[in-house]
Amino acid sequence: MRTIFFLLRKEFKQIFRNRALLPLIFVAPILQLLILPLAANYEVKNINLAVVDHDKSPYSQKLISKIMASGYFKLSGYYEGYDVAFHQIEKDEADLILEIPDHFERNIVKENTEKIFLAVNAINGTKANLGGAYLIQVLADFNSQIRMEWKQQSRFNEAPTIEVMHSNWYNPMMNFRYFMVPGILAVLVTMIGSYMTALNIVKEKEIGTIEQINVTPIRKHHFILGKLIPFWVLGIFVFSFGLFVVSFLVYGIIPQGNLFLLYGFLAVYLVGILGFGLLISTYCDTQQQAMSVSFFFVMIFMLMSGLFTPIDSMPSWAKAISQLSPVTYFIEVMRMIVLKGSSFADIKYHFVAIVGFSVLLMGWAILNYRKTM
Amino acid sequence: MNYAVEVENIRKTYTSEIGTTHALQDISFAVNSGELFGLIGPDGAGKTSLFRILTTVLLADGGKATVNGFDVVNKYREIRSCVGYMPGKFSLYQDLTVEENLNFFATLFGTTLEANYELVKDIYIQIEPFKKRRAGKLSGGMKQKLALCCALIHKPAVLFLDEPTTGVDPVSRKEFWEMLKRLKQQGITILVSTPYMDEATLCDRIALIQHGTILSIDTPQKIIASFPHPLYAIKSPEIYRLLKDIHAYENTLSCYAFGEYLHLIFKEENHNDELLHFLTNKNHEQVVLKPIEASIEDCFIELLK
Repeated sequence: MRTIFFLLRKEFKQIFRNRALLPLIFVAPILQLLILPLAANYEVKNINLAVVDHDKSPYSQKLISKIMASGYFKLSGYYEGYDVAFHQIEKDEADLILEIPDHFERNIVKENTEKIFLAVNAINGTKANLGGAYLIQVLADFNSQIRMEWKQQSRFNEAPTIEVMHSNWYNPMMNFRYFMVPGILAVLVTMIGSYMTALNIVKEKEIGTIEQINVTPIRKHHFILGKLIPFWVLGIFVFSFGLFVVSFLVYGIIPQGNLFLLYGFLAVYLVGILGFGLLISTYCDTQQQAMSVSFFFVMIFMLMSGLFTPIDSMPSWAKAISQLSPVTYFIEVMRMIVLKGSSFADIKYHFVAIVGFSVLLMGWAILNYRKTM
Repeated sequence: MNYAVEVENIRKTYTSEIGTTHALQDISFAVNSGELFGLIGPDGAGKTSLFRILTTVLLADGGKATVNGFDVVNKYREIRSCVGYMPGKFSLYQDLTVEENLNFFATLFGTTLEANYELVKDIYIQIEPFKKRRAGKLSGGMKQKLALCCALIHKPAVLFLDEPTTGVDPVSRKEFWEMLKRLKQQGITILVSTPYMDEATLCDRIALIQHGTILSIDTPQKIIASFPHPLYAIKSPEIYRLLKDIHAYENTLSCYAFGEYLHLIFKEENHNDELLHFLTNKNHEQVVLKPIEASIEDCFIELLK
């Protein structure tokens, strides 16, 4: 115990004396949590709309002003013909073209039907999708409005219609940050746990101090514990800081679920991630190697763990990969507990998976760690 | 006889893409208790590999070795508690202070600085004024004294010093060897490796090592005495031309540069005058020729032939 205590004291001293690392531990979480959720936003606004109005009737004017009133669109201008408007798309000054044909009003009134042409610039898939969908929604609304005006309302609907009413659960305002912040926090803890552990141990290899340690009678498990406990503590600290200071004070996210459950999961998760860092360090000899290897994995973890894109919409092979990443489970549990208030019964499979990952990664790392060269 | 270190047919081979390196080829020797034993050899001779095997951080491919009576493979744990090792590269924590480093290593060995203060006192006094300074900010000589203190902190029975004086100025080197002599008086067996031949005479016994094989083991005096030829030193202002001309001379067995002189061995004795005559014919002036005693380096060169 005395040995471990001294090892811990030494580790913390070194961490707090590291002028490059220390600010990173404190500043990085704040900055990442402040910048990323604000920037990574799926809500699409300011869709540039180019209008080609051949009709120039009160109805077409009504339609256009209704579209503009929805708040999602910005009128890039009126154009004489489709070709001219398409030129705007080529210059990237318009995302959508709405073409209203000749006799739009007359046909609608007389013949009860008219077609409208919509062209979408699909280079940015999300923007195109959402823009198109918004516009179609506005058109449908416009359509029913006209029907109301022109059709004699019978006492009962002739054809039965189902009107859809919806309410948003767990995130009623559909605030994208509520979705992002817990996920980013999970990734942050992962990065600190894996990078710092791997780099710390490899640094000892690189500058040769491990050689001096290896000839001492220090036990392997003492050394490993002495290395991992500080980063476990740091991981918990950074997580708490992110959860209570940034996410609560800045974004007003109040964890709905049981905090003990959240921290219990985090504690086990960190064991797995530290094991991952230790594992990298047993295979690498220089800090450069360790950095490259851990960067490679963290990159995959970030993109494949449902942080930005939902796992459900991935192809099945990608789903399989994401199931193999411990980060996937943590991000999911974070969102479940923080936003939904899930209980242990809801996350028990995640818990089993993360215990499995921890045992596997830590066990592999310890078996692979050698005091000899 | 109780040996402090016993090595029997130790073999170590490194394999890489560029080929196989036989770092140690069936090395055997023994070091007596309380001896100051030197491993003398150029870079790449296998000194560090041997030290790593003896300090149990590297496994040999074959052979047997014991340190302080413990086998390096089965009893590595016992060895780690009773040997001190100072690697060739400074391997202490640069971001910890002198005092913190000492206390840290003392704790790893389950002891304290105070408990063994007597042993390290002589050395520690010299670095004590800087005890609050970080190890990385010490001068080269100070770093070395600190490293030696850390290796001694647990009163080891055997001390391994891997090239402790490489890259150290001559004054510090001299001081360092004096420290080793004092440690020897305290009964610590010391194994020291060095590429400097002039340090060999400071050891009780030395092993000359090259390409993973031991060329000779004996006291420095006996090794020098066993030098088989009379040796001469010769010099002139035009040293390079002199070397070429002596090589051309028919009765030269060998001749090589050695400091400001050339060291010369004749095939047969009593050709001094004839050589001087030969050199005068080649327009050499101010030639100085004198018999000298062989040094360890001469012996090493002789053994390499």
